[in-house]
Amino acid sequence: MLSKGLKRKREEEEEKEPLAVDAWWLDPGHASVAQAPPAVASSSLFDLSVLKLHHSLQQSEPDLRHLVLVVNTLRRIQASMAPAAALPPVPSPPAAPSVADNLLASSDAALSASMASLLEDLSHIEGLSQAPQPLADEGPPGRGIGGAAPSLGALDLLGPATGCLLDDGLEGLFEDIDTSMYDNELWASEGLKPGPEDGPGKEEAPELDEAELDYLMDVLVGTQALERPPGPGR
Amino acid sequence: MGRRDMADIISTVEFNHTGELLATGDKGGRVVIFQREPESKNAPHSQGEYDVYSTFQSHEPEFDYLKSLEIEEKINKIKWLPQQNAAHSLLSTNDKTIKLWKITERDKRPEGYNLKDEEGKLKDLSTVTSLQVPVLKPMDLMVEVSPRRIFANGHTYHINSISVNSDCETYMSADDLRINLWHLAITDRSFNIVDIKPANMEDLTEVITASEFHPHHCNLFVYSSSKGSLRLCDMRAAALCDKHSKLFEEPEDPSNRSFFSEIISSVSDVKFSHSGRYMLTRDYLTVKVWDLNMEARPIETYQVHDYLRSKLCSLYENDCIFDKFECAWNGSDSVIMTGAYNNFFRMFDRNTKRDVTLEASRESSKPRAVLKPRRVCVGGKRRRDDISVDSLDFTKKILHTAWHPAENIIAIAATNNLYIFQDKVNSDMH
Repeated sequence: MLSKGLKRKREEEEEKEPLAVDAWWLDPGHASVAQAPPAVASSSLFDLSVLKLHHSLQQSEPDLRHLVLVVNTLRRIQASMAPAAALPPVPSPPAAPSVADNLLASSDAALSASMASLLEDLSHIEGLSQAPQPLADEGPPGRGIGGAAPSLGALDLLGPATGCLLDDGLEGLFEDIDTSMYDNELWASEGLKPGPEDGPGKEEAPELDEAELDYLMDVLVGTQALERPPGPGR
Repeated sequence: MGRRDMADIISTVEFNHTGELLATGDKGGRVVIFQREPESKNAPHSQGEYDVYSTFQSHEPEFDYLKSLEIEEKINKIKWLPQQNAAHSLLSTNDKTIKLWKITERDKRPEGYNLKDEEGKLKDLSTVTSLQVPVLKPMDLMVEVSPRRIFANGHTYHINSISVNSDCETYMSADDLRINLWHLAITDRSFNIVDIKPANMEDLTEVITASEFHPHHCNLFVYSSSKGSLRLCDMRAAALCDKHSKLFEEPEDPSNRSFFSEIISSVSDVKFSHSGRYMLTRDYLTVKVWDLNMEARPIETYQVHDYLRSKLCSLYENDCIFDKFECAWNGSDSVIMTGAYNNFFRMFDRNTKRDVTLEASRESSKPRAVLKPRRVCVGGKRRRDDISVDSLDFTKKILHTAWHPAENIIAIAATNNLYIFQDKVNSDMH
């Protein structure tokens, strides 16, 4: 209920966005025109910041400076707002498209977690870019890259592919690979791992014979090491 | 504004070391170089004017297939190399790639080849009865520009600055999180000298906004941040200069605190003085002069447009608060200049403490006319030609300005127009 109401308000805000600047500063009664040291920010300033953050993240390549400044400002506003005791905290970081809804409804900790996951997504996007880490030079400073640099300096290569893939560590490389493509129809048919291929899995199940199923069950319980299963060509 | 118009928006302006040449870069990836004509003997009172010398396409839009992104061809910065022979060289950069361009003149051509005719076609050898020595004949001046080096794949993030070292052999390029050192002759590798990317991107709270080498000490450079700090680094101290030698930061003024304090403190430009003793920084509302020997606070602060302080919320809403203005020193480090809105630009005399607001517009800039000082009124008594704060045009921003290294000549970029003013700047200060 609450989030629906806020959604409507945001739509109004979006319509208002191209409004002339005059509309704001000619209204001296507007709470967000902060001339005194900031007490509590009006929720409209918070909404505006969330909108900016959302808009910034929707860009294919966000302006990092703009993003960081908006996030920091949002944190300041968030910190100054009275703790929203009435709002239930959201337990887990939401997916990017619904982030605005959840940001409004969540507590401070969840907000941080949301922003953390968004910035992490950003770093993975950057990590998969063409540009690799620059290589150590044998120039005057005379040493290899290493030390405090968080990236894999010594393994930097000239090629764009290899350099950039290792940028954020191997974990980052695999995080956004859709593993559902590796889902075995056999698992699905067993009901062990219901995935998106529920349909095709169920269709193919009748093709398997009992020997195959027994074999797979054995593998599951660990009585048999996994060998390449015989069966219908796949 | 159509796409063709957008391409003409000037994105950088830079005089070369003698002031004879002035380069501009635009959003469409073009570089236009102007040359100052020698002073005419017939009219000794009229100083040499700047005419177009060369135009070339520096960068083209590129497509990053891995990220499905278009890399803008907009020229972010141009820096001239000190001239070492008859040719001129400059570095130009967009968000990702830096290029070294060589500019040469050709005003003679050989004539009288034995094997080729005047059009260059091979002669019928049976018609050649004697040999001649080709001679060089004068021709109309031709300016040739060629790309000599392309420094690619050095940056993951967007390049905001480049700076040539006083050693004339190396230069640095800075993006939001990293600074790289390059050798001008080597394009396939660079050395990372600053890296502020946190291990977890969720911890990212600060980005690099500008950087520059010290004009005389080849081991020193400065970089500024979005939090308003300056870090002076010594390349002799460590190979990776994540630890600064000096940190210049002014404590926040508690009486001026607002939610926008950090945004308006973000430094958009940093320039060493010609003497190398001072640094000039620009943030949203002020320009500040820093003494390299004093880290605690700037030695001088000048208000560019303090009347905007009460409008920060509106300027946040329309994103103007994120505009990045540049700043400049005059040749003797006695006057500083920066741009503002409504096509206004400001100059501050450090000695007399007087300042002036001038306008770059067609109406007020007839040739040979003296620029009239402008004034923004904030209420109260209003003079006849004053502009009220609410009438300022925020789409007319002077982000890029440059000052001739020796003379009182300034170049002002107002959207897609370039203004070059050669008037005496010390008069009309109020």
